[in-house]
Amino acid sequence: MTPITEPDARIYEPVIGIEIHVQLRTRTKMFCGCALSFGEEPNTLVCPVCLGHPGTLPVTNAEAVHYALMIAMAFECDIEPRSIFHRKNYFYPDLPKGYQISQYDIPLGRHGRLGDVRIHRVHMEEDAAKLIHAGSSGRIHGASTSVVDFNRGGTPLVEIVTEPDLTSAAQAAEFGRLLQATLRRMGVSDVNMEEGSLRMDANVSIRPAGTATLGTKTELKNMNSFRFLERGIEAEIARQEQILHDGGEVEQETLHYDPQSGNLTTLRSKEEAHDYRYFPEPDLVPIAPTEEMLTRAREALPELPAARAERLERDLELPAETARLLAFRSDWGDFVEQAVDGRNALAHNVANWVTNELAARLGDRELGSTRLEPRAFAELVELVVEKKISANAGREVLDVLIEEGGEPTAIVEAKGLGRAESGELDEIVSRAIADNPDAVEKIRAGKVQAIGAIVGAVMRETKGRADGGEVQRMINERIEAG
Amino acid sequence: MSNELLSLTAAQQAERIAAGDVSPGELFEFWRERAAGDDLGSYLWVADEAPEDAGTLPPIAVKDLFCVEGVPSMAGSRILEGYRPPYTATSVRNLQDAGARVLGKTNQDEFAMGSSNENSGFGPVQNPWDRERVPGGSSGGSAAAVAAGTAPWAIGTDTGGSIRQPASLCGIVGLKPTYGAVSRYGMIAFASSLDQCGPLTRDVTDAAILLGHLQGRDPCDSTSLGIPGDIPLPSAERLDGRRFGVWGMEEPGLEPGVADSVRATLAKIEELGGGVQEIDLPNARHGIAAYYVIAPAEASANLARYDGVRYAGRSTGGDLTSMYEQTRHDGFGEEVKRRIMIGSYALSSGYYEAYYGTAQKVRTKIAQDLAAAFEDVDFVVSPTSATVAFKLGERTADPLAMYLSDYYTVPMPLAGIPAISIPCGLSEGLPVGFQIAGPAFSEARILDAAHALEKSIGFEAVPVG
Repeated sequence: MTPITEPDARIYEPVIGIEIHVQLRTRTKMFCGCALSFGEEPNTLVCPVCLGHPGTLPVTNAEAVHYALMIAMAFECDIEPRSIFHRKNYFYPDLPKGYQISQYDIPLGRHGRLGDVRIHRVHMEEDAAKLIHAGSSGRIHGASTSVVDFNRGGTPLVEIVTEPDLTSAAQAAEFGRLLQATLRRMGVSDVNMEEGSLRMDANVSIRPAGTATLGTKTELKNMNSFRFLERGIEAEIARQEQILHDGGEVEQETLHYDPQSGNLTTLRSKEEAHDYRYFPEPDLVPIAPTEEMLTRAREALPELPAARAERLERDLELPAETARLLAFRSDWGDFVEQAVDGRNALAHNVANWVTNELAARLGDRELGSTRLEPRAFAELVELVVEKKISANAGREVLDVLIEEGGEPTAIVEAKGLGRAESGELDEIVSRAIADNPDAVEKIRAGKVQAIGAIVGAVMRETKGRADGGEVQRMINERIEAG
Repeated sequence: MSNELLSLTAAQQAERIAAGDVSPGELFEFWRERAAGDDLGSYLWVADEAPEDAGTLPPIAVKDLFCVEGVPSMAGSRILEGYRPPYTATSVRNLQDAGARVLGKTNQDEFAMGSSNENSGFGPVQNPWDRERVPGGSSGGSAAAVAAGTAPWAIGTDTGGSIRQPASLCGIVGLKPTYGAVSRYGMIAFASSLDQCGPLTRDVTDAAILLGHLQGRDPCDSTSLGIPGDIPLPSAERLDGRRFGVWGMEEPGLEPGVADSVRATLAKIEELGGGVQEIDLPNARHGIAAYYVIAPAEASANLARYDGVRYAGRSTGGDLTSMYEQTRHDGFGEEVKRRIMIGSYALSSGYYEAYYGTAQKVRTKIAQDLAAAFEDVDFVVSPTSATVAFKLGERTADPLAMYLSDYYTVPMPLAGIPAISIPCGLSEGLPVGFQIAGPAFSEARILDAAHALEKSIGFEAVPVG
């Protein structure tokens, strides 16, 4: 009995839906005036409202509604004219009121899409406080003491639920990246998975390939990177396939994926599922977006990555992969577009220099933290394209631009990096041929790779200012003529 | 001075302050001593001394469930024993800004759940008219204090009748404003879609003055609107052209003596030029059933936060779960536990539509009945309570009998509309209340009509206690 893991041998197809929680980057919390927390001392950003003191009432944060509307619009949702909040009742130490204010039967937005994936709903809610469990496990089971930090409690969240339109773990991770890039571009969230400002759960089921009925789904909770999301889903698909292969039945449950061990453990079985006793939140009025609110949200939407990738590919004739990369990293995309500045013929080279040379030099560093100006960068690329300097010289200039800024031509002059004059180069090439008779003999005997020694001598002499291809062409000419 | 002050309304006392006849500090101290001497169980806390700035209005007795910074605010519950809020309710703040200082915190049914004040975690309140009888509830302490002259005026809250019914049983004026007229911020919640703050006073003018100070849109309460327009001091002495629709006079539980007083009041309305006609509120009889689903459902969520971890005392022992259980076992009274159970059940999966959904439909029907009535009449009137004050312990064994105490008062909060109860006579030596309800935000008109009737009735009786 061998587990069925080869994709082409699969008789089952996975059906995957994703639930995403996004912490909004508003100034204040969802229902009170406390500032959002960025690692402050525990329980310093709290007030009677977010601590759930008796008698307090929530008041909806208008900025959070604005961001949530932007998100719903970015995902092409229908906006509900009157969406309402519900109380989701569950008793847990991270929830001071004993209920979470969330949206239930009438969410802010419905029936949207992002790329090829349909969005089921977009709704608003408040985050719970943070529980910190003392003890080796770091989880509530086996902890000796647990403490609560209410700084996070009440942070505005938007929950996005997709339709089960994804059919592989890789596709789910890819969708997650597009979603992250889109939200980042909008500036509504830090979308940092490790810090928890972007959280993803996956609903996974499998069914016989080609059938339409849905199998029993399980829910994978809180995977904190796209890699773990992908691996977790893969592990769960394999587990379900194994169960069905062995003649068993998949049980509805909530699972935790441990990326270290690769194990899936049960968090909650179907029997342990909560009855949340939802009912309309009587302390809040419905969210009824006015035309003004809708217009403001629409106008606040920048060009989103999917659209930008398409435009860069079409208008700047960039390869799809490059266009996508620039669209996903919007600071790079902005930089390239500013550098090209209408000279579309230069776009390809500028983009290549960004994605190869510049990217390698930046590493984790933000583009904005360098002295590099788009105009200077464009000038540099032009110098190389027009062969006024060699690629090597160009790299040297780039290093200077990143650290010190300045004008490329001035740097070329100051460092003497200008391409060797042809007379000068003629002379150097002739001398190198004369100095390497052995190599010349070998080349004439058909050992073409021997040219390396002569090219190397020229490059040493010119300190890299000469173009390697050009030098090679000149050497061959001389020897053939010779 | 003291006997004279006792005979004055709060408005008249304010005039004495303004005229320089009495200083605010002296007046506060006078009432502080009165409150400290209360022996009816009306107060759970009384101010130690007059504040440095004693304001410009007579001090006010505040139902325990209003949060007042640094002052015990327990909603009559043991589970909040020791809780001193870090903030003050907007309604109380508004009164402080207007010049009234907090005299004390008054006893109440625990979390406002009750109609007799017998559900207080700190003992019952006695009715100043007859110490063997209840003052009504849940704002029983506020009503008893005003009736007994241990407070010049008071505020309470009304969810299903908790201002009007105790006002009726204690022979004073009680007004439940339109839902949204007064901010709920800082009122320890019972049933959020019904709770509303209002005055309990010696006369209609005092009620109008307090309402004017209490009301207003509050940025801390999204459901608050304030009352459009002013609340002028009521001045009407006639009711010419006013149409009054009376309902509920044939209910089997209506005491004959109460019915007599109410009929006499209807006759007064006609004497003053008003018209009286019978109206039917066909769904009003389902009000209690709907109310006792909706209010407990909301309460079951509102009370989930009391677990012994954050605000006040806790029962210790065992692990976390045992601590929760023991705290709630010790801290909540029987009626509160009953309503949490009823409410949780009504909201649970599979029962929600049958209970909560149906109750909401009934609520809509009742609101429609009242709206239809207001097409024909200006006011809807009835007894406030089917009975006069009943004996302590008389209904405690029978929750349903107790729930029926709210029969005449429950439809208005379900519809969100304002209503006042004014004393209209005595039955068996005990006060009878007359209820006048109007459309949303018709407080000024209700107060005016109540003022004309008050003059005509001339209710001068005071409790013997």
